[in-house]
Amino acid sequence: MSRISCKDYRSGSLEEKGSLRIVKETLFRLLLVAAAITSVFIVMGIFVSLLLGSWKSINEFGLNFIWSSTWNPAAKTFGALPFVIGTVSTSFLALLISIPFSFASAIYLSLYLKNGWFSGLLKFSVELLAGIPSIIYGFWGLFVLVPIVRSFEIKLGFIPYGVGILTASVILAVMIIPFASSMAAEVIKLVPQDLKEAGFAMGATRFEVIKNIVIPYAQGGIFSGILLAFGRAFGETMAVTMVIGNSNAIPKNIFSPSNSMASVIANEFTEARGDLYLSSLIEIGLLLFAISFIVNAIGNRIMKKMDVKK
Amino acid sequence: MNDMVKKLKLRQIQDKLFTAIIGIFSIAMLLPLFFILFYIIKNGAAAINWHFITSLPKPVGQTGGISNAIVGTIELIGIASLIAIPLALFTGIYIKEFEKNKLAAAVSSLTDLLQGVPSIVIGIVCYLWIVLPLKSFSLLSGAVALAIMMLPMIIKSTYHSLRLVPESLKEASLALGTPYYRTVIKVMLPAAASGILTGIILSVSRVAGETAPLLFTAFGNPFMNFSIDKPVNSLPLLIFNYATSPFSDWQKQAWGASLILIIMISVLNIISKFMEHKWKTTY
Amino acid sequence: MNKVLKGVFILALLLIYTTGFAKSISFVGAGSTFAYPLYSKMFNVYHNKTGIKVNYQAVGSGAGQRQIIARAIDFGASDAFMSDAQMSKAPAKLLHIPIALGAVVMTYNLNIKGKLRLTPAIITGIYLGKIKKWNDKQIKSVNPHLNLPAENIVVVHRSDGSGTTFIFTDYLSKVSKQWRKKVGRDTSVGWPVGIGGKGNAGVAGLVKQIPGAIGYVELIYASSNNMPMAYLQNSYGNFIYPSLDSVTAAANTKIPDDTRVSLTDTPAPTGYPIAGMTWLLVYQQQHYLGRSKAKAEAFAKLIWWMTHDAQRYTKPLEYSPLPKNVVKLAENILKSMTYDGKAIIR
Repeated sequence: MSRISCKDYRSGSLEEKGSLRIVKETLFRLLLVAAAITSVFIVMGIFVSLLLGSWKSINEFGLNFIWSSTWNPAAKTFGALPFVIGTVSTSFLALLISIPFSFASAIYLSLYLKNGWFSGLLKFSVELLAGIPSIIYGFWGLFVLVPIVRSFEIKLGFIPYGVGILTASVILAVMIIPFASSMAAEVIKLVPQDLKEAGFAMGATRFEVIKNIVIPYAQGGIFSGILLAFGRAFGETMAVTMVIGNSNAIPKNIFSPSNSMASVIANEFTEARGDLYLSSLIEIGLLLFAISFIVNAIGNRIMKKMDVKK
Repeated sequence: MNDMVKKLKLRQIQDKLFTAIIGIFSIAMLLPLFFILFYIIKNGAAAINWHFITSLPKPVGQTGGISNAIVGTIELIGIASLIAIPLALFTGIYIKEFEKNKLAAAVSSLTDLLQGVPSIVIGIVCYLWIVLPLKSFSLLSGAVALAIMMLPMIIKSTYHSLRLVPESLKEASLALGTPYYRTVIKVMLPAAASGILTGIILSVSRVAGETAPLLFTAFGNPFMNFSIDKPVNSLPLLIFNYATSPFSDWQKQAWGASLILIIMISVLNIISKFMEHKWKTTY
Repeated sequence: MNKVLKGVFILALLLIYTTGFAKSISFVGAGSTFAYPLYSKMFNVYHNKTGIKVNYQAVGSGAGQRQIIARAIDFGASDAFMSDAQMSKAPAKLLHIPIALGAVVMTYNLNIKGKLRLTPAIITGIYLGKIKKWNDKQIKSVNPHLNLPAENIVVVHRSDGSGTTFIFTDYLSKVSKQWRKKVGRDTSVGWPVGIGGKGNAGVAGLVKQIPGAIGYVELIYASSNNMPMAYLQNSYGNFIYPSLDSVTAAANTKIPDDTRVSLTDTPAPTGYPIAGMTWLLVYQQQHYLGRSKAKAEAFAKLIWWMTHDAQRYTKPLEYSPLPKNVVKLAENILKSMTYDGKAIIR
């Protein structure tokens, strides 16, 4: 018998007074169930509260909320398209920027140098990077990255905002690299050793083994890693708020100031006067919740299938 | 034959090139880290002194400190831990012990999802749940927001650590007639302690730097606050307010506060690393 | 494990003991970033004087109005007066108590010698996105003394709801029909162009950092950062520089009893055209949510002090003090505050 079910040991009580013991056991199990149910309630509660809170705006605007590009509190018209575009473009650009770095460091950590000082330094740095709070990334971005981007913009002849989609994407990329890198390293480690060795035995170079064996094998995992990193990026609030420019218009190019879904909430939530305004902001929150739900559900499912430990 | 040699050389060059590219990107990845750390240490160290750590903020033009934010951060984390740890611990035990149960599977996947929920959304929800009914921004609402963020990490680490405890240990305890709840508390939890504690500390270090969920819950306060129903300041909130201000005085203080926050978080991370290695029970 | 649990338990008790619920009198206020430097000074002095803590958070006038309606704070602070429709959303009658006068100035980031002059038409043109370059003909025609560069104009506005925005858009709506139709006036509006900064501070920060930028901020935010301010043409046709005197001059009009009035586009010949009052928003009936009488009395006393003795902190921080006739109005409003039907201050 590999597992003992609850009924088995209950009958084995010899020393403690039977009834008291059963009460205690029941209480303990009730406590466990209660805790689990509370956790479920919290997640469900978040969803229900958001749904109720945004009901007014859902009623008023319907699906138009996502497609309309005017966000004008004075005129009481609310459309989230500029923020959806701002969020998607910054997250996507951040992924593009971060992929080579996180992929390279993941391969380095899992295939080249598993030990040694450099891989130790790399691992340590990845952990440190992951530990820096987003507000500090934003602060640093505002004072260091923004002037750099601005000087580029002056050279290229764009309006020198400094803040905008590109700046936000770079900051986001720096922030998701550690996450994506450790995720990819876990996936790559799952590639069976004998597969790789077979490749080497055939005379393949390391590059060829990586290209023809490791990557095809880890494909699904790498994809879901990218998906989860994407999920990270688009929910990010503070760092983005500080460097994206907070402009409620649809961005024209990657240097344009923009606004993300999370940062419009951060900027306007405490002040939103009027129920419809508040309700619209909550609906943006609901959208964020729903997207994170979908992205994480897919990502986690693939990861679980591959039995990756996060 | 010559062709083969040529091809082989080409392949070797290709391989070397790839290695070089991988190496360069890996090193390049480290640059922002050093850049950020260098900046914060350079600017932060200049701002920090005893007065800075121990006194309250002052109006613009007079040099104040950030003691309220340091104490506030500790209060927020403390109360958040009080809420999150017991709840997460029991939930984690439940998921592990009733793994085959449908509820456990549901809790487990919901926990995964909770981990992905953007922190700003949790801020909204805590505003709706606590600030509105209590009619006040408060320490409590901020702590609850942080607690919700801590839950999934602690639940996961409890679950994974308990899974590493050999089944035989549990069976041995039960066979001796130890009641089930005592087996869990006295045998299984201690055996998994290092992993669980590591998870707790990591979750604390993660929420210590959270700003977004505190914007409309903890709210900020220029004074020291020890009341659970009153607004409170925290280091990340203070950094946000000061960093976006035009007063160079305040910006300097924001660098100082950033350095203190990073030190706090690093210490927590080092403690968790230490525990992971030294306390690890192996079977 | 037991020891750890015990430790945690003791810690928990300690925390609950030390935190508990508030007993001493303290107030929470939020809103106007425009008045923040003044309030942080006043409340700091008041704390040293009486020990009463006033926690003021500069989250924007819109937020101040929202949170006082939600009764999440003791007082709101706003540079925009609330309309009757907005006030009707509150659960009880709200009072506007004027605290100081201020000016919204146009600040810019240009490498020029001498001060920029702006007309209402130029400001609306810039903020509607029609005037795009600094060497535009319209700007040149009123600034013949300046060597204006061919730089792009970067428009900066507030990203949060703000009384400063209300005063500014109120002014633009008065001077431009097109603005009134297309954008309107509010604490936050749909901006045709530009980038947003959070708070007066955020706008000042952006203007300071971006070459060619123009933004509108409260006077002290510009002057404390040595940022240049533009001369504005008022309705009389004079170019007026923002100063305490020109702001006080702007208030030289008829003010209604509840003080809810806009001071922009003043007819006064020496008045600065974008001036405004800043108010505290409080409930007339102070007995709500279990507030004690002592708290209500302390509250009224605080506001009385702000409208009288504390007026001396306005000038050093570049706000204009309330004119005598407005102080009188404020006194009357304060006297109408009640606790259980009885006046708190007699």
